[in-house]
Amino acid sequence: MKTFDYLFLFLVFPGFLFSASMGLLTGWVDRKVTARLQYRIGPPWYQNFADIIKLFYKETLIPEGVSGGVFFSVPLIAMAAATLVSTILLVINVAPESGFVGDIIVVVYLLMIPPIALMLGGFASGNPLASLGGSREMKLMLSYELPFLLALAVPVMKCGYALSIGEIITRQQSGAPVIASVSGAMSFIVMIFCIQAKLGFVPFDMPEAETELASGPYIEYSGKMLAIFKITKAITLFSLPVLLITLYFGGIDFTLKGFLKNVAEYIAILVIMIAIKNTNPRVRIDQAVRFFWRIPVILAITALVLAYIRL
Amino acid sequence: MGLKEKIFTKSLYAFHVSSGSCNNCDIEIIDCLTPRYDVERFGITLVGSIKHADVMLCTGSANRLTIPRIKTLYEQMPKPGYVVVWGACGSSRGLFKDSYNTGQPLDEIIPVDVYIPGCPPRPEAVIDGFVKLKEKIMLKGKTR
Repeated sequence: MKTFDYLFLFLVFPGFLFSASMGLLTGWVDRKVTARLQYRIGPPWYQNFADIIKLFYKETLIPEGVSGGVFFSVPLIAMAAATLVSTILLVINVAPESGFVGDIIVVVYLLMIPPIALMLGGFASGNPLASLGGSREMKLMLSYELPFLLALAVPVMKCGYALSIGEIITRQQSGAPVIASVSGAMSFIVMIFCIQAKLGFVPFDMPEAETELASGPYIEYSGKMLAIFKITKAITLFSLPVLLITLYFGGIDFTLKGFLKNVAEYIAILVIMIAIKNTNPRVRIDQAVRFFWRIPVILAITALVLAYIRL
Repeated sequence: MGLKEKIFTKSLYAFHVSSGSCNNCDIEIIDCLTPRYDVERFGITLVGSIKHADVMLCTGSANRLTIPRIKTLYEQMPKPGYVVVWGACGSSRGLFKDSYNTGQPLDEIIPVDVYIPGCPPRPEAVIDGFVKLKEKIMLKGKTR
């Protein structure tokens, strides 16, 4: 009986179906706000759903000389990892005592899997542009993981060195949220930059640079496999703001007032990301590495020191 | 007409193939994405890879160098896919009808669904061409 419960949690709510639809809707918000910022009208709300269903109707091509096992398994691995992240986050938000010690480390590792899968898929496809995109993705990952982990240590430290998401949530709900302190706000700023890079949004979208690499590691993917990668991206787009709400705003509150506050926070994080996306040009990969290893790392270390002296 | 055709009319990814055009039509493709004639509201997006595309936008008269490449690109497009020819040169070889270099019109090389005439076509004509393509998809329900 327990197995069916877990399967329901993973596949329907709050797992695959729920987070994928929420992610696709969030993707529409992104496209619509981008269009309005450029004084266009923008697509209707069902546009991302139509794209995904259409890709499932299309033929899936197998490129010549590709290693089929890797090429076709990595999208599924990426989707499973992304779904697991959003399932863990939402289940623990509903019932904070259901987590285990160290689940935040599990979430960090699972968040690393979709970029690695994308990289492997790009290398396996045998296309020179795709492998170039894969190598850029690798360098980008090396640059943003360090500030990401340093910034993640701040909420952990503020909540009495709690390594479980449930304890971070309960501590924040009984006390003040992490963002209300100086160190929390600094690490939140670092986190926004890292999430921008994790999602591949515009200042840091050189792995799939449309103009030079023609969508990079995705270039040889078609039909269903491309749809699965798009769903993975949508789920990540949904779960990363939820992770920020969990770590910095005290988790999801299920009273009416608290839930409206959570929705407002979600939209605020999203609008900040879209605004950064639409007001910045793409940086080169060396500029990105230099940026991430300088300003956000220094900010995050300062935040850690401030958190240590309880500021 | 089923769900499949309806979905295809709502979401079309276009890939741009320049088969030896004078760059005028190519600029008009970008014009259609700008605020005034925003075609993204109809679900039309420009993609960078032919493996993602549903529509091949061919501009220019096909010449001897580009004919094999056009054939390869058409074979690489995941089916069902559609071909839209853009501009006078692609539709009828236009000015280059008697040229030594343009041996065949484009529609004898690959099956063409919609012609958009004009030199270059105005964005209104382009939107009209896409409406025609959608009507064709809806009426015939063809999957080629």
